[in-house]
Amino acid sequence: MKGARVTVREIVKRYGAVTAVEGISIDVKAGEFLSLLGPSGSGKTTLLMMIAGFELPTAGLIEIGARDVTYVAPNRRNVGMVFQKYALFPHMSVNDNVAFPLRMRKIDKAEITRRVGEALAMVQLDAYGRRAPAQLSGGQQQRVALARALVFEPPVLLMDEPLGALDKKLREQLQIEIKSLQQRLGVTVIYVTHDQEEALTMSDRIAVMNDGQVAQIGSPASLYGEPASPFVADFIGKMNFLPVEYIGSEKASHRIRVTDASTLSVTRSLSGRSFELSPGLSLQAAIRPENISLAPRGSGGPDAVAGTVNTSIYLGTHQTLLVNVDGRSGPPLHIQASASRDLAAFARGDEVDILFQADAIHLFSGKGDGK
Amino acid sequence: MSSLDVSSVNPAPAPRFARLFVVTGTSGRYPPLLTAVLLLPLLLLLFFSFLYPVGRMLVGSLFDPGFTLDNYLRMFNEPLYLKVLLRTLWIAFATTVGAFVLGYPVAFAMARAGSRLTLLIAACVLIPLWTSVLVRSYAWIVLLQRKGVLNDILVGTGIVEQPLKLIYTEGAVIVAMTHVMLPFMVLPIYAALRTIPKELPQAAANLGAGTFTTFARIILPLSLPGVFAGALMTFILALGFYVTPALLGGPQTLMMATLIGQQTTIMLDWPFAGALATVLLVVTLVLTFMFRRVLATSRGFANV
Repeated sequence: MKGARVTVREIVKRYGAVTAVEGISIDVKAGEFLSLLGPSGSGKTTLLMMIAGFELPTAGLIEIGARDVTYVAPNRRNVGMVFQKYALFPHMSVNDNVAFPLRMRKIDKAEITRRVGEALAMVQLDAYGRRAPAQLSGGQQQRVALARALVFEPPVLLMDEPLGALDKKLREQLQIEIKSLQQRLGVTVIYVTHDQEEALTMSDRIAVMNDGQVAQIGSPASLYGEPASPFVADFIGKMNFLPVEYIGSEKASHRIRVTDASTLSVTRSLSGRSFELSPGLSLQAAIRPENISLAPRGSGGPDAVAGTVNTSIYLGTHQTLLVNVDGRSGPPLHIQASASRDLAAFARGDEVDILFQADAIHLFSGKGDGK
Repeated sequence: MSSLDVSSVNPAPAPRFARLFVVTGTSGRYPPLLTAVLLLPLLLLLFFSFLYPVGRMLVGSLFDPGFTLDNYLRMFNEPLYLKVLLRTLWIAFATTVGAFVLGYPVAFAMARAGSRLTLLIAACVLIPLWTSVLVRSYAWIVLLQRKGVLNDILVGTGIVEQPLKLIYTEGAVIVAMTHVMLPFMVLPIYAALRTIPKELPQAAANLGAGTFTTFARIILPLSLPGVFAGALMTFILALGFYVTPALLGGPQTLMMATLIGQQTTIMLDWPFAGALATVLLVVTLVLTFMFRRVLATSRGFANV
């Protein structure tokens, strides 16, 4: 089984006056694992349903391989699909469920038996063929659904929040199983999820969706490291937002004012920003928890911001401190460090110097409301 | 959770009166005596209005005044009565099949349609149900009688020379009873179809099944419990149906209920009427039992 490329071109879907998907274009490479990630109502499921053929687009083009399938009936598209609620046929045994797509393709009996056995072995359920779906656990049912979606060797597999109904442990285990299965088979996967951790774990690329549009598309590392908008920055991983004022540029850096008493230098390149920089401009600074560190008050150097420790949270592998910036209301900053580093020295009420890593500060236009 | 709390916080046994009448146990069950008190009115009603008269009929059919099976033998010796029983079974069966054939598509459309159209179809199904059976049967008379609407059209357009004999036939009884029974078939099927998640037909289509295959392999099997429930209800109601056969059937289409009515009100032969009623009741019970067995096996087999 070899994957096929999927091309989505200028797809629009409207329900009356409501626009669910607004001119999305995505090229999924053959054999790629692409996640559609976004909050509910962002249009990710609608887009998947149009690729599966259950919804017809208002405008645009969908190609699978070199074939235009925009208006092809779902049963003629030859794509596999895994649903959130398993969608196994309750009146058929596991074997009959997995055999269903092969029977639809009029494959001869001996061949069906062989391939059903192989598909169930692939998901470690070869001993469960005679059971009814209701006799299996949720994780097992979703494995059967996966076997059923792959048994006819479709070049493309669509998955609609397939792990959404499972508990966390099982979800993490199945994420890895699905990922390794996908790499072994080389099938193209389009995976809908609202869980950013899941998307980061499994995907080659992630398309972050918001309001029916693709906010940003790229590898997990590039989305995490180079978010194009506050929305993406906030949606992928944990991000601290601070309203700041632009002061001006120095040689290779920019200077921003955080509080009346403190200014910072930003050494990240600001090229590609869509806004004009001028002194006095209100901006939004964004920085990851792991790019902030603390020092005892007075020992932080010139670019330090005064703060007070609010809460210390121990999380096993790492430690999170919530720190209030002095002279400023709003949510506290999240600061994260590995547990071995001595953040434990700081306790609630301690006065500290907050140190921002100058090359890890992102600047966005607008004031700090996360948008 | 809350029930656990109650038992751990309140270990002292409640007084006897409270235990029997007031304290609700775990899972909100009523205490035993309160249950009995609440059930009493219904039990009394059931006893005096149903069990007692039916029992009297049964006893009357067997004792005259000594024990005798004459009333039952008479029924099986005289071919007329056996014929009436078989005809009743046949008409009930034909009505059930007719209601299924006409009702399934209606239920299917109802389950598929948007909420507003579903409401409209539901109104079309339910408003006849709320209308008196008598009115609906007279409506069929208006349609089918010799100078009725249907005959006027047929003669007026020249399709037939003479008005057809439509009323007082078996066909008229079956058609009208099918109409009357339709809601009892449509509603259980609709309920069953409604419970089929929309992902199942989608999954079937995704796996390569066309519209017809999806219906035959997925939707129809999963709606069978509703079909069985509707068929059973229709069949049993049709077996004992009185008004419509009495109005639309002639002497040639005598059914059990009408026959029993004749025996009680015209012939005043209560023991024989009791025998007829008992046989009808036994046949109904046997068929219900068989139906349930079929339903149970198909459930186990289909696991729905």
